[in-house]
Formats: sequence, structure tokens, C-alpha cells
Amino acid sequence: MKLTLKVWRQASANKKGSFSTYQLDDVSEHMSFLEMLDVLNEQLIAKKEMPISFDHDCREGICGACSMVINGQPHGPMGGTTTCQLHMRHFKNGDTIVIEPFRAKAFPVVRDLVVDRSAFDRIIQVGGFVSVNTGQAQDANAIPVEKDVASQAFDAATCIGCGACVAACPNASAMLFTSAKVSHLGILPQGKVESTRRVQAMVKQMDEEGFGNCSNVTACEAECPKGISVENIARMNRAYIGSVLGSETSVS
Amino acid sequence: MKLEGKVPPGSLGEKWTKFKSTVPLVAPNNKRRIEIIVVGTGLAGASAAATLGELGYNVKCFTFHDSPRRAHSIAAQGGINAAKNYQNDGDSVYRLFYDTIKGGDYRSREGNVHRLAEVSRNIIDQAVAQGVPFARDYGGLLDNRSFGGVQVSRTFYARGQTGQQLLIGAYQALSRQIALGSVQMYNRHEMLDIVKVDGKARGIIARNLLTGEIERYAAHCVVLATGGYGNVFYLSTNAMNCNVSAAWRAVRRGALMANPCFTQIHPTCIPVSGDYQSKLTLMSESLRNDGRVWVPKKLEDAKAIREGKKTGLDIAEEDRDYYLERRYPAFGNLVPRDVASRAAKVACDEGLGVSPTGLAVFLDFAAAVQRYGKSAANVQGIHNPDAATITRLGEKVVEEKYGNLFEMYEKITGENPYKMPMKIYPAVHYTMGGLWVDYNLETNVPGLFALGEANFSDHGANRLGASALMQGLADGYFVIPYTIGTFLSNDIRTPNFDPDGEAFMEAEKAVKDRIEQVLSVKGSQSVESFHRRLGKIMWDYCGMSRNADGLRSARQMVVELRKEFYQDVFVPGSNDEYNPELEKALRVADFMEMGEVMILDALNREESCGGHFREEYQTEEGEALRRDDEFAYVAAWAYTGWDEEPVLHKEELMFENVELKTRSYK
Repeated sequence: MKLTLKVWRQASANKKGSFSTYQLDDVSEHMSFLEMLDVLNEQLIAKKEMPISFDHDCREGICGACSMVINGQPHGPMGGTTTCQLHMRHFKNGDTIVIEPFRAKAFPVVRDLVVDRSAFDRIIQVGGFVSVNTGQAQDANAIPVEKDVASQAFDAATCIGCGACVAACPNASAMLFTSAKVSHLGILPQGKVESTRRVQAMVKQMDEEGFGNCSNVTACEAECPKGISVENIARMNRAYIGSVLGSETSVS
Repeated sequence: MKLEGKVPPGSLGEKWTKFKSTVPLVAPNNKRRIEIIVVGTGLAGASAAATLGELGYNVKCFTFHDSPRRAHSIAAQGGINAAKNYQNDGDSVYRLFYDTIKGGDYRSREGNVHRLAEVSRNIIDQAVAQGVPFARDYGGLLDNRSFGGVQVSRTFYARGQTGQQLLIGAYQALSRQIALGSVQMYNRHEMLDIVKVDGKARGIIARNLLTGEIERYAAHCVVLATGGYGNVFYLSTNAMNCNVSAAWRAVRRGALMANPCFTQIHPTCIPVSGDYQSKLTLMSESLRNDGRVWVPKKLEDAKAIREGKKTGLDIAEEDRDYYLERRYPAFGNLVPRDVASRAAKVACDEGLGVSPTGLAVFLDFAAAVQRYGKSAANVQGIHNPDAATITRLGEKVVEEKYGNLFEMYEKITGENPYKMPMKIYPAVHYTMGGLWVDYNLETNVPGLFALGEANFSDHGANRLGASALMQGLADGYFVIPYTIGTFLSNDIRTPNFDPDGEAFMEAEKAVKDRIEQVLSVKGSQSVESFHRRLGKIMWDYCGMSRNADGLRSARQMVVELRKEFYQDVFVPGSNDEYNPELEKALRVADFMEMGEVMILDALNREESCGGHFREEYQTEEGEALRRDDEFAYVAAWAYTGWDEEPVLHKEELMFENVELKTRSYK
């Protein structure tokens, strides 16, 4: 098939960006979206131009590196799919495809489609863990965990930290990302001990990073490639209120 | 050079316990003065950096990713082995040890492997304490499944995302140490050289990938946890950015590369579909618990399927050859990876392949759907269920077990694997070879350690499924924190090293020269095109089966390709910017040197064992023919540069507990 691509090009964080238009002939429907960009990049290199920069690594939908907005949707038109797992059979001959980086104040552009998502790391660093040193663990079967509870924690833990939730949100809020971690650890008995401290610390860091607030648009859930539910946001809100009003723990 | 494994004396079961009780320690007040560099943040690197930080060392940790959580351990699907014997099915530390030695075709060190089996149990405890949501049964206790090459259920799993959950656990432990200040994290920094001072590893040179700045970092020792070299083959299940450069730069500074020809070809991957293909996707080995592998018995049926005139569903039961069940009745579809891969190749070479390229076999879940469907109907009290009900209930059970894998298969191929049998073909997946290390995980360069897939130590000539996660975490959480004391206890009075010292400046200059060299060629071919050509040479001549003539000509081709690279590669942009093409160029340059050593090693090893199959050495039935009298050794290669022939050093393997037998899964 033949495609027209409008791609955001920006040489660095401080330079002004704009869209460039490229024509691609002979795109196979079996290609992944990123393989289609690989082909374009090879053509640019052959013309001695700078190829389009984009973050990518595993190409199996699990590392969370790939991050682009395709025709207005983070990770493109297919639900539950990262960009790397999106295949060209979902596009038609003659389509024009607009490709932009994930846009948010807290995700500054590095180059072209590459953004800096280290804010997510810093949110985890303030409390997204269980404080257990290596060697301190008891036998793994010492605390039974109900199958459904473990499964709920797992659902929240499948977050790949890609940031599509932020890119999808009109407020660029990181509530879905943060609440997924708060839920994952808060649901399990191993993580409950620290849950009051954790939720306060993570919410505080989230705000400091410049992410917006949640106004229940739920676009985050719709665009999340792993189907993380907004129930996690409700759970985090409950935990936060419970922690601030119902405990003596305070993270300042 | 005499290579000493340094396996402690004593009986097999006591070696590690005694070692731990007698290893020299570094006191807490001295740990605070000691700096350690950890390169890589996969399971091995993240767990090592976190644990060393917890112990009180000052750790600097490097990754080329934008976040430590993106390391490729995250993509591991099926599970992690541990000798917990929670299923009461006869498992034990010794059995895990024995399975691993046998699975590795008797080419690994007994002492190392037994230690791995011992600490496997601690890993599960640790992961659960961190909040890793492993699968559980209705009683709330941990569930297990089976993997290839074993007859017990010892694999712990978190749906098809076990690697992700374990890596997130290690990443969170690492994040905690970053917040506490014991680990300083350097994202988007790629290690480009090792710095040696007085023969010991004392630092690294790294490129800040955002700015291109070349930076010098000093420490008392350096730990490499930088993964394997599967991407030498261009197409593999590795992530796009996986590379051998950190390990290879260590080799260029004197470390030895051990058993590089031992590469694992995984039997169940989604077949190649076109020339533009950038990588291959694994379908977890866990699928072979329930999937049956087959090809048509008749050549004309296979041809009709390839031409799209028939599908797998059109082939009657009696016209199918479930060749693994036929050839290996004891293990059936769960034979080890090397055996399953070669059998698939044999079937396709005979013209029985089922994809348009002729390179695919079926992995069929119809029988499992029926079996589970009947059982589920029974549980629900449905007597005499009709076929549609059985199928519906059975598909639901299969979905619970493998849902995300089936979904991924459908996304990539556009075919529904619940209805049509999957098509699969072997692909490069893992590398058993790696930097030579002793029992302490220390290379022959003092102060330079290698963990996880980056070292060669535990899997011999073939790794069993669900053992990579086990080894990465064993090395990082439970081995290096002890063994690093053997080196550092002599360094408690050594002041911090000056990154402006002579050795650092010299290494920095060497890196800058190398970058300048690839940038200044300004030829006409892309880095990618060279990588693709290298991959094809390696796959054709040093892949699933190898012979002396092919290997000799392949070596010549790789040498020629390398020359051409430095005459005609085009790398756009400059060093002073975010430039992924430049990163790739440096990596491909190293792959081309590594490829040559892999070929040499394959040529030298005149036997077939594990993932290394030399056509000249096979039994009449086409099974691998090992030659223990001559080749029961670790082949460790020194490589100093293009002008000198790589030098082979041998470490003889001692088997005091296990009797060397022909590996049989029949």
C-alpha cells in the first residue's frame, strides 16, 4: 500500500518542532508500524538525512519504550495494543497518518518522537516498592493470598510505564500510572504495611512533577495498551483520603 | 594462561554453605567507602545494584535505556524455576541441579550449578515478599507448571509475564535504593570501555546518549550484567537494542569470551514473514505443556498448505505426524529446546513445512481445548455436554492460561490461534556463552565481574526453560553480594580512584577515536544493512547446524564484511547529539568481531552438544554426538585485535558427582 506520513520532527528539546511529510510506497500489510518507520528511516539515511528518532526496544509490547501518538491516539487505533504490536493491516492504501510524540509538560521532548519519562521513575522511587532487603523474606507460601486478590494485584501490576495514559489525558494526569502501583502493592498483604505512607508520597511526587489532576475523563483507560482499569484511580483516591484523614501518617 | 574455576572444596551440597561462612567480609564502615559500578539493569543488574546498595556500598548503576525498567528481562514470558517441591512431586535441589547439568549437555561447572539450585528457593521467597503477584491456586498458595527437559512441576509464573513481574520487583528494590542515595542511577548512558588500573578493573567510559558527551567513572570494581549476544544474528527474540558491546569491550581489555558458539535456538517463535522483519517474537515454552507439535505426513498435504489450498484443519488425524511424541515418547512435546528446534528443522528440510516460506510447523491446542472442556463441563455438572459447549469451556481454560500469548500471536499474524493451529519456527533466543567467570563470578580481569546472561557459567551447551530468570536473580540477589567480598576485602584501604587519571584519559581517547572512525567513513551503506548481512551469514553457517567447510567460509565472509563496514558505512549526524544511528554503528562493529569468535569456537568444537550441532558429529538416528574425551572443557577465547589470531584457553570440566551420559529424552 501507499501511505502519506506527517511526522513531528524536532532536533532537540530547545529547538522548535514541526511536521514533515513523507511518502511511502510498497508498505506490506504484515509489517509492524515500527517496521514501516524502519523502512522510511532507511530511505532517509540513503538520502543522507537524519532518520526519525523514536524510542523502541522489545517490540513485543512489554518494555513500554515505544511511545507515539498516531492519528491523535496514543499507540494508534487498535485497543490494547502498543505501537510496536500495531500492524499495517489496520491501515488502508492511500491513508495519511499523523505521528506525534507523547505530549505532556512532565514529558519534555528529547528528539522527534522521543520524550523524557523519568518523572515516572521518580514517582516509583518515593514509595512504589515494598521495603524488604534481600535475604529478609520468609517462605513464599507462609502467607496465602486469595487467588482473586492475587489476580487483581496482577492486573494492576501489568502496567508497562509507557505513559500513554498521560498522553491521552486532557490534563496530562498520571493518576492511572500512579494508582496502578498503589493498587498493586496495596492489595497484597506484603505491601499493605506501608500503604498509608506510600500513597501520600507517590501522590505528592506526582503533583510535583507537573502532571495534571484527574477529572474522570477516563481516556487513560481507553488508551492503555494493557487495559489498566480506572478502578485503580478510585482505589487510590480512597486510600489517599483514608491515609490523610484516617491515619497519623503524614509525608511532608 | 591457567584458568581456575575456584570452586571451593568439600562435598557438593556443602560447598556454598562453607564458602559463605568463610568468605572474607567487608565491614559496614568500610563498605561506605567503597564504590561499585554496575552496568545493566535487567534481572541480574537491578538485583545486584539494589542488594549491594542495601549492604551499604556506594553503587553507580548504568543503563542505555530511558529507565531501568525497560531491560529485556521484562519480556521473559513463561516462568522461573525453583526447587521448592511445593507440588510434592519429587523435586529437590539435587534434581534441579541434575536436570540443569544434563539439560546443558554436561558442559557446565558442577559447583556453580548446584549453588544455583540451592539459592533458587530464596529467589521465590524474595520475589513474593517484594509483591510479585505469582499465580496462585484456590487455597491461596503458589501454583506451578512444567517446562521442557524436566519431569516435575517447578516453574513459578505470573501468567505469560513472569519476566515483567520479576523485573518490576527488582526495579522497585533498585528504586528504593536510588531514593536512599546508596545507588546513583545513570539512565541513557552506554558503557563504551572498561578502564584498568594496574591490571584491575577500576572504572568505565560511558557515553551520555542524550548529549553525546564521553564521561569517565571510577570505582573499586566493575560488575557487568549486560545480557547476551543473540543479536549477532540480526533476527532474534532479543530486544532491538540488546548488544554485546559492554562484554566485547571487556574482551578487548583482556577478559575471555567463553563458549561463544553455544547459542540457544528457541523452538517456538512466530515465523519470519518478510524482508523488512526487524525482530522475532517468542511464543513461550509453557505452550508446549498443552500444545502438540506436528507436520503433515504427506509432502503433498504440506505443499497444499504452503500454497494456501488447505489449512491445518483439513488434515485428518491419521495424516499428521506428531513427531516429538513419536521420536521422544518419554518427554514428548516437552523435550529441551535444542532437541525440539532441530526436530523442527529436520521436518522442514524434508519439505514438510507449513508456511509459504516452508519454514514453520504447527503447534496445536485442539486436543487441550477438548480435554479442558470436558473437565470444566464435569466441574459445572453438565452431563453429556455437546461439542460446542466443550469447545467453549475448553477455550476459556486455555485463555486463562495463555490468553496474552494467544492475543500477541493474533496481533502479529492476523490468525486466531483458538481456531487455527499456530505456526511456529525456531529462532535465536539466548546465548549460553559469555564472559568467562570463576565461581566468584569474576572474570580473569581482577575486579571485573559478570552476571546473568553476560557470563557463561551455568547453562552449559543448552539452557532449560525458565532457568534464565533463575540465574539472573541468583547471581544478583544471592551470589555477587557474597563473592564480591573476595575482591573488595583486599581493597578496604584503597582510596577512591581519580577519574582524571592517566588510564581513564587514555581509555576516553580510545573511545573518542573509535567514534570518530565510524563517523568519518561517510560511505554509502546504512548500519542496518551491515547488521542484516552479518545476521544472514551467522544464521546460515553458524545457526541450527554447522559444518567445518561452512564455518571456514563464513569466517572469511565476516572478515570481508568488517573491512567493507569501515570503508563504506554511512552514519548520519554527529557525536554531539542524541544519535541512535551512531549507537547502533558502534554495536554492529562489535558484533562483527564477536561473530568471528563464535565461528572460530564452533569450528574448534568438533562434537555436537546442546545448541551446538556439528553435522559431522551425529548418531545414525541424527542425534547429537558428544565427544567427552576431547571436549569436556570450557573454551575461553582471548581477542586482542584484527591482526592477531584469537587464542584459545581451556578450563577442563570436572564431574565428581554426575556421570557423563548420552542425553536421552526417548
